[in-house]
Amino acid sequence: MAFSFFGGVHPKENKFYACDKPIQEFPEPDILVISMSQHIGAPCKPLVKKGDMVTVGQKIGDNQGLCVPVHASVSGKVKSVEARAHTNGTTTMSVVIENDHLGTLCEDCKPRTQEEVDALTPEELMNIIREGGIVGMGGATFPTHVKLSSGLGKVDTIIVNAGECEPYITSDDRLCREMPAELISGLKIIMKILGLNTAHIGIEDNKPEAAKALQAQLCDADGITVDVLPAKYPQGAEKQLIYAVTGREVPSGGLPAAVGCAVFNAATCKAIHDVVYEGMPLIKRVVTVSGDIVMEPKNLLVPIGTSFNDLLEAVGHSENPYKVISGGPMMGATQYDLSAPTIKGVNAVTILGRKNKYAVERAQCLRCGKCIDACPMKLMPVLMYKALQSGEVEEMKAVHMMDCIECGCCAYTCPASVPLVLAFRSGKQVIRNAAAAAKK
Amino acid sequence: MAQMKYFYELTISSSPHVHSPVTTQTIMRDVLIALAPALVGSVVFFGFRALLVTLVSVAACLFWEWGYCKVMKLNVKVADLSAVVTGVLLAFVCPVTIPYWTIVLGAFFAIIVVKMLFGGLGKNIVNPALAGRAFMFSWPVLMSTWVKVGFENAAGLGSTADVVTAATPLAALHQFQLPETSVMASFWGNVGGCLGETSAALLLVGFVYLLLRKVITARIPVAFIGTVAVLTFLFPMGQPRIEWMLYQLFSGGLMLGAIFMATDYVTSPLTRLGQIVYGIGCGALTVLIRYFGGYPEGVSYAILCMNCCVVLLDRIGRPVKFGAPKKEAAK
Repeated sequence: MAFSFFGGVHPKENKFYACDKPIQEFPEPDILVISMSQHIGAPCKPLVKKGDMVTVGQKIGDNQGLCVPVHASVSGKVKSVEARAHTNGTTTMSVVIENDHLGTLCEDCKPRTQEEVDALTPEELMNIIREGGIVGMGGATFPTHVKLSSGLGKVDTIIVNAGECEPYITSDDRLCREMPAELISGLKIIMKILGLNTAHIGIEDNKPEAAKALQAQLCDADGITVDVLPAKYPQGAEKQLIYAVTGREVPSGGLPAAVGCAVFNAATCKAIHDVVYEGMPLIKRVVTVSGDIVMEPKNLLVPIGTSFNDLLEAVGHSENPYKVISGGPMMGATQYDLSAPTIKGVNAVTILGRKNKYAVERAQCLRCGKCIDACPMKLMPVLMYKALQSGEVEEMKAVHMMDCIECGCCAYTCPASVPLVLAFRSGKQVIRNAAAAAKK
Repeated sequence: MAQMKYFYELTISSSPHVHSPVTTQTIMRDVLIALAPALVGSVVFFGFRALLVTLVSVAACLFWEWGYCKVMKLNVKVADLSAVVTGVLLAFVCPVTIPYWTIVLGAFFAIIVVKMLFGGLGKNIVNPALAGRAFMFSWPVLMSTWVKVGFENAAGLGSTADVVTAATPLAALHQFQLPETSVMASFWGNVGGCLGETSAALLLVGFVYLLLRKVITARIPVAFIGTVAVLTFLFPMGQPRIEWMLYQLFSGGLMLGAIFMATDYVTSPLTRLGQIVYGIGCGALTVLIRYFGGYPEGVSYAILCMNCCVVLLDRIGRPVKFGAPKKEAAK
């Protein structure tokens, strides 16, 4: 086993804010906004219209192709179906539900006994996972059933990503500590679908209690090992995690399946358990609401569709927020419209104060090379930045711009605060645009 | 319409939203701290004028950079302390007797011509302090008047007319003779020479500090000093060869150059292999110039020459990206 990867950085973990706060049920808000775009792929089409009554777990949006359905997370009346703010900064079609606080359960949501589950075939299980609206819950929101079906026959190693290397975030940590049995039950379903007897759970060594809780649930016959990896950002990045656990390098431009691996987030495993055994689709998830100016950091079990405003209100803050981030501070996206709802991929809301400001005008690269030592993809950010400034697409490709995973290690470590990630995002877009133009 | 419950002035920006505490300013501050022991040593060896020369040099560098930014309507960034580092280094490679006007001119050349005209910090091709020194050699006598260490009031604060001059160990080495002073004197620094370069011991203290603070890696200094050691040991021009080698290592600007100048981020290679080749090149050129050149000292010109090769050295030893197709190794 490799156990570590090249590069990486050690930002202040700041997990102490929320790591000891047990998961709390968040009181259902009066109004929920369920976005039709909660996954990578085709957005859902709304299946309900204004005035309809919906129940908890009822499917309210679906589509063909690379898509999973979305469900109502509360019961109540559809107030409107309209474009609403989204965490990605755009607006997307959304179903706005007025909560009646009755919690009427949808008839389709029926629990299954162990015998019933055992009788299910892999195809049936994958269908249940699709219908449950399960996506990768670490943030990428790739439809899980597609990852499973495309991995059939290719995957020989299953890895559960409980790395959670982003500062502040503790939602997976709490999940592992409080619901290890459900998590492992979900993992066993994945193992059954992919026809494998073994699996790895990758977790950083800064979460010893979570690792212990998982270990306590396991016996040798399970074939599941908990791999405790040294804490280093970005340990939870898919390619780095695979390398740390198996020593395999996912080829440039390739998927984990190319080296026989499939990676599932810890929260995804729990969601798979919920939909298979409880019949409950993905309508709630654990969200860490934390940050350096937060009064009461919390790990909340939040109904999908709860607005950022409601979450901010639940924790309070000691000064006006400087940035409100969907996700963690290394890769998360800043929000400007706090009426945006939480979606399936939001594992944290990080609220930062003004002292985190670091941008400088006219940043001057020193050529110190710290970015080269930090890059977990073994790229040379300093030369990539130069290539971008040259504007030449061929030069950008030559320095492997497209291999950048935007983890932020280079920009974090850059003494001159050169906005490297921002630059590489635009550089990648330039390359994509050029490729699209060449096709025409 | 969506109702906003609260209004905050939120900042939108690309990730990451947190930053390492290490900035250009803290790096330069660490370099200054690492230079401090040698500065104290220079005052002890050469008197109070050493400090004054350094202060004048720093002030001149700051003034030229500030003035350039004002004239060119750029925002002034002297707070990054890089001009201060240049100022200290420029003073360190001058004799303590240097007239103040000369060092102000040297600072002009270093900051305006070499640094700012090329685009400012990070854009210059050669090390500003060394280029400034090379420029000041337009007045060779002023640049090679060496005072005797420990001579009372050796260098008066104002006039430098009445100082007692002395030969430096380097001058003797240039004649292929061992110096009269002991090796230990060269190591501790109470010998003739440039203001800040005489004490190998105090400069090595700074080296250790820079390594501990991870400001620099050992690659360039070790390759540089190691090459000089190997070459002078293999081809001694005086006996015993061990002593010859040690004199070569501890005399002149080798320590200062290898630790503080060859490691200048801006003008050294990015890749590990490039850095090692660069260090070896600096060492080899230093020995060649010391043995066969007209001046006794070769460190500064060796570094300046290698500075110009950095653009090539950046092309060797680039890391193989993660997930790159493996060459069919398993044949």
